[in-house]
Amino acid sequence: MARKPITYYLREDKMPHIWCEGCGHGIVLSAVLRAIDSLNLDKNNVCVVSGIGCASRAPGYLDFDTLHTTHGRALAFATGIKMMKPNLDVIVLAGDGDLAAIGGNHLIHAARRNIDITTICFNNSIYGMTSGQYSPMTPTGKMATTAPYGHIEEPFDLCELVFAAGASFVGRGTAYHAAPLSRLIAKAIAQDGFAFVEAVSQCPTYFGRRNKMRNALVMLDWQKEHAVTKKAASRLSPDELEDKFIIGELGTRARPEYTKRYESIIEAATKETDDDV
Amino acid sequence: MGNKTSIRLMQGNEACAEGAVAAGMRFFAGYPITPSTEIAEELAFILPKVGGKFIQMEDEIASISAIIGASLTGAKSMTATSGPGFSLKQESIGFAAIAEVPCVIVNVMRVGPSTGVPTAPSQADVMQARWGTHGDHPVVVLCPTSVAETYTLIVEAFNISERWRIPVIFLMDEVIGHMREKVAIPDPGELNIVNRARPRCKPEDYLPFDADAGDGVVPPMADFGTGYRYHLTGLTHDRTGFPTTKRPEVDALIRRLDSKMDKAKQEVTFVDEVLTEDADIAVFAYGITARAGARAVRDARASGVSAGLLKVKTLWPFPEEHVERIASKVRAIVVPEMNMGQLVREVERASKGKTKVISLTRVDAEPISPQQILSALKEV
Amino acid sequence: MYKEIRLSGTGGQGLILAGIILAEAAGVYDGYDVIQTQSYGPEARGGASRAEVIIADDVIDFPKVTSPDVVLIMSQQACDRYGQHVKPGGIVLVDDTNVSSIPSLEDACVVTLPITEIARHDVGRQVVANVVALGALVGVTGIVTPDAMEKAISSRVPRGTEELNMKAFNIGLERGREARAKHETP
Repeated sequence: MARKPITYYLREDKMPHIWCEGCGHGIVLSAVLRAIDSLNLDKNNVCVVSGIGCASRAPGYLDFDTLHTTHGRALAFATGIKMMKPNLDVIVLAGDGDLAAIGGNHLIHAARRNIDITTICFNNSIYGMTSGQYSPMTPTGKMATTAPYGHIEEPFDLCELVFAAGASFVGRGTAYHAAPLSRLIAKAIAQDGFAFVEAVSQCPTYFGRRNKMRNALVMLDWQKEHAVTKKAASRLSPDELEDKFIIGELGTRARPEYTKRYESIIEAATKETDDDV
Repeated sequence: MGNKTSIRLMQGNEACAEGAVAAGMRFFAGYPITPSTEIAEELAFILPKVGGKFIQMEDEIASISAIIGASLTGAKSMTATSGPGFSLKQESIGFAAIAEVPCVIVNVMRVGPSTGVPTAPSQADVMQARWGTHGDHPVVVLCPTSVAETYTLIVEAFNISERWRIPVIFLMDEVIGHMREKVAIPDPGELNIVNRARPRCKPEDYLPFDADAGDGVVPPMADFGTGYRYHLTGLTHDRTGFPTTKRPEVDALIRRLDSKMDKAKQEVTFVDEVLTEDADIAVFAYGITARAGARAVRDARASGVSAGLLKVKTLWPFPEEHVERIASKVRAIVVPEMNMGQLVREVERASKGKTKVISLTRVDAEPISPQQILSALKEV
Repeated sequence: MYKEIRLSGTGGQGLILAGIILAEAAGVYDGYDVIQTQSYGPEARGGASRAEVIIADDVIDFPKVTSPDVVLIMSQQACDRYGQHVKPGGIVLVDDTNVSSIPSLEDACVVTLPITEIARHDVGRQVVANVVALGALVGVTGIVTPDAMEKAISSRVPRGTEELNMKAFNIGLERGREARAKHETP
């Protein structure tokens, strides 16, 4: 099937977007749209939900039903939508601060319920919208406006966290590896159940500048150098793996999906009503 | 639903749940909290019987967020909580106000602040219900005085929410929530049910926040998933629904939202005047306190004091016309409240100095007694 | 008629359910206006528990009991707290299985019955002491009709326990009537 131009999915009149020059979010967003296109989803049947932050501005540019909610709560809003319209393809786009800090509770519980929502985390390791504070994904030792002496906390491994919480699908990609990222997102959307993709993105303005990565190219290069596939990782020694991260599909499992499970409650409840009569 | 007669002994929380379902509510998200939990328990049981859905979310914020999401698909939605949970929900109540998403938030008031006395009644959230979320915003606050009224008033809560596209706060208190009374359940056909206005235009012509496409105040609302493909945000937005910071557009939005309170006022104000015709002293009371007020007024009349009662079921918008009218003909208005005196200030404002306003407070986790009000009536 | 009834004991004795049954009998089946309220501590078992019912011919304004006509006491703690609070001429029904120091009241009638013991031995299950108590309360006071009570019991007790509870009610009713007769003919 012929690919549609990416503009088919965009509200072009809402451009220019708010993202900085060199920001990775545009690449990640286009990977999302190519994934939607590859699955030939009906535009009228896709609903994109976000919270607050740079990444959360993405839905405004997309020609679907789109919802820009409160900070951290996108998954909770999306849960209500999905429950009452289970046939919609519900996709949540969120930054790392939005999803892993203020929205962390909703993330693990959406995964635990295994509700059929696809969540893409635009991970740029920093709070960009508020100009450079550390997030739960900021690597140890890095600088941020709120870590002027270097960051002392360890970041989450979000894929491990979400898979342990019960998700059906987790994977990781990068803005640099745009085409594989798009294929990974397509798999995530196609998966029945909660699916999570961490998309490593770059923020040259607030992360790069403060951490000796002077522009987007340097940051994309960093992604290229540090991302390894599972297969490649298996050939590396622990020492060589020390500063690397793994990309690709990291976990898949078949588990009953939440809204389908809820149908069994309706069945049991209506049966009981019939018995009463 | 158990008993098949239409006369039933019902708990206030049960009446709230069943009345909501009768209003057409089909999605409930909640989190356990005393003294509102029975609402969630009842709905977990009855919603799936009518094809509706119930979910216990991971926290209070998730619950209000989920009902807003569900409402966007066209479902009438509700959450229920109590003090601490009501505090947590405030941010998203603001979202529902600015994005104009119909939803009903029940708060069964208990003693606060903080954990306070979880199992005891209070009326100390009446100001929070109006002003709890930040920024100027419209919100209607209803407060029933009996179990039977809980059933019918929650239906009105949904009607108002749908008609005006605003969050409606339904304030109960622990006594109303937990007590059981005899209720004559209205026939479903007897209830007036209002549904939100949907757009009639083609999707390409739809401007989701163009109030002129509706009645000039409330824009028609499309359900997600029906091809209108529109954008909703908690940022100030223009008629298209997209963010704006242009001053005239921000101003127009905030003023239009606020005008809902005035425009809706007549339609959403429920005040019963009991024996006020010839009264020379009045009691202004709401919730369980109105029941003590009714008894006190009767006892006062038995001892020769011409007392009357303003039984107030709509707290916000504040029924100032009713108060002003009464203020111009009585010697005093007694305002008993289970708080340190919250709505009494509104009564004073609305009285415009025409009468004496007396505050009666009680904050020891017990309801105000008829005797307490009676002595005040006799002292004036 | 305007009667206030207070049922008091400890959490887990089923007094709130007893209050609901009494209120349903009076309101739904005997046609009175009725209000039932309760108060309890944070404990699901143990701790003080209190259910109150107001039964009246006319509309009831205020739902709280202020001066009870009838008080049921199922524990020593409840006895200490509520034993003295009864309207002059009122009735206090005490379960002397659980209460050792019985209040002596000058202007109220104190009736003692081993309610929990009756449930345990005569009915065979201690768990139905609340329904034995209801039977005894109706037997002593005649406040609602036994017929209404039976209907309310079968609508409110867990499925499959109707027979056991009916037995409990009827034994309690009988013992209550006997106790009343004894008081009337000293």
